[in-house]
Amino acid sequence: MGFLKRFFSNGGSKSVAKERLQIVLIHDRADISPEMLDGLRRDIISVITRYMEIDSSRIEMDFDRADRSVAFVANIPVIRIKRGVAPLRDGEQL
Amino acid sequence: MDSSGVQSRVIVITSGKGGVGKTTTTSNLSVALARSGHRVVAVDADIGLRNLDVVMGLENRVVYNLIDVVEGSCKLSQALVRDKRVDNLFLLPAAQTRTKDAVSSGQMEELCSMLREEFEYILIDSPAGIESGFRNAVVGADEALVISTPEVPSVRDADRIIGLLESMEKAPIRLVVNRLRTSMVREGEMLDVNDVLDILAIDLIGVVPEDDSVVKSANRGEPLTLSDSSPAALAFQRIAARLAGDEVPFPKFDEENERGLLAGLRRLFGKKD
Repeated sequence: MGFLKRFFSNGGSKSVAKERLQIVLIHDRADISPEMLDGLRRDIISVITRYMEIDSSRIEMDFDRADRSVAFVANIPVIRIKRGVAPLRDGEQL
Repeated sequence: MDSSGVQSRVIVITSGKGGVGKTTTTSNLSVALARSGHRVVAVDADIGLRNLDVVMGLENRVVYNLIDVVEGSCKLSQALVRDKRVDNLFLLPAAQTRTKDAVSSGQMEELCSMLREEFEYILIDSPAGIESGFRNAVVGADEALVISTPEVPSVRDADRIIGLLESMEKAPIRLVVNRLRTSMVREGEMLDVNDVLDILAIDLIGVVPEDDSVVKSANRGEPLTLSDSSPAALAFQRIAARLAGDEVPFPKFDEENERGLLAGLRRLFGKKD
């Protein structure tokens, strides 16, 4: 039966290798430097404050690592939503 | 620009993980580029663990080394070992009895600009790892070749190295997939080239199949591209040509031609390639 299994199977260790690599690299790449996280924080604040007033002293942001995925989670306390802000058009700068 | 007015290129050969073929690649590409008429120097940046000299078969002619040059104990021309088998090929050996701290990034950058005066291609064999030795090997380079075998630890480390090279603004950064075993790929037991490319998302410059002649050539100190026409030698020649800007088609090393009924039947009857 071994030869039949070989004939029909396409699930060798290669697919395991690829899946494991993809997962481990999500984790590796999410391990970003404090400088990058600071930059990200500044950029996010500048976008958000276009639309709402926030309490920037109480912002929490971090990577939430689960078994098969990584989420970027930000908790940003809102003080007041601004009225009638048009979203940026394509190519428009902040 | 070198003395004849040709734009020089400093190319670092790196991988992150050790033992995946940086030195083999450096020696074979250096020989292949020199044989096609370019003026080439192979630089061993693995200070303290000198190896490029033995792989190239030039160990008996080493007198001075890279550290002697940066410290000013000798002239650059005194430290360069000329390869008598190929015109226009030189080796700048690493120091064996010093540590990687004996050289600074600034000194390496200066060394690269000295070499640019003399050579068209400056190929730097980087040490494994991501420490100061790696940074020194990379600092003076314009572009990079990243070597990876189709194995999980090697691809993972290559990904890390690519991130560092990108942050140091090296371009282009191109991938060499080394030691591909076509029979294992066919059986679904090894990552194929497309899998590795999917994951690393950089341009491919070549694929080198697993080949016993690589070990034999290192035993003898005769790089394969000196004469041999083994599969690995041909692969390194194609990479050298692509590096020099030639359009060289990629032959099918992987399983693509081998899928389907015919391949299934072959496997059924246990035919080996």
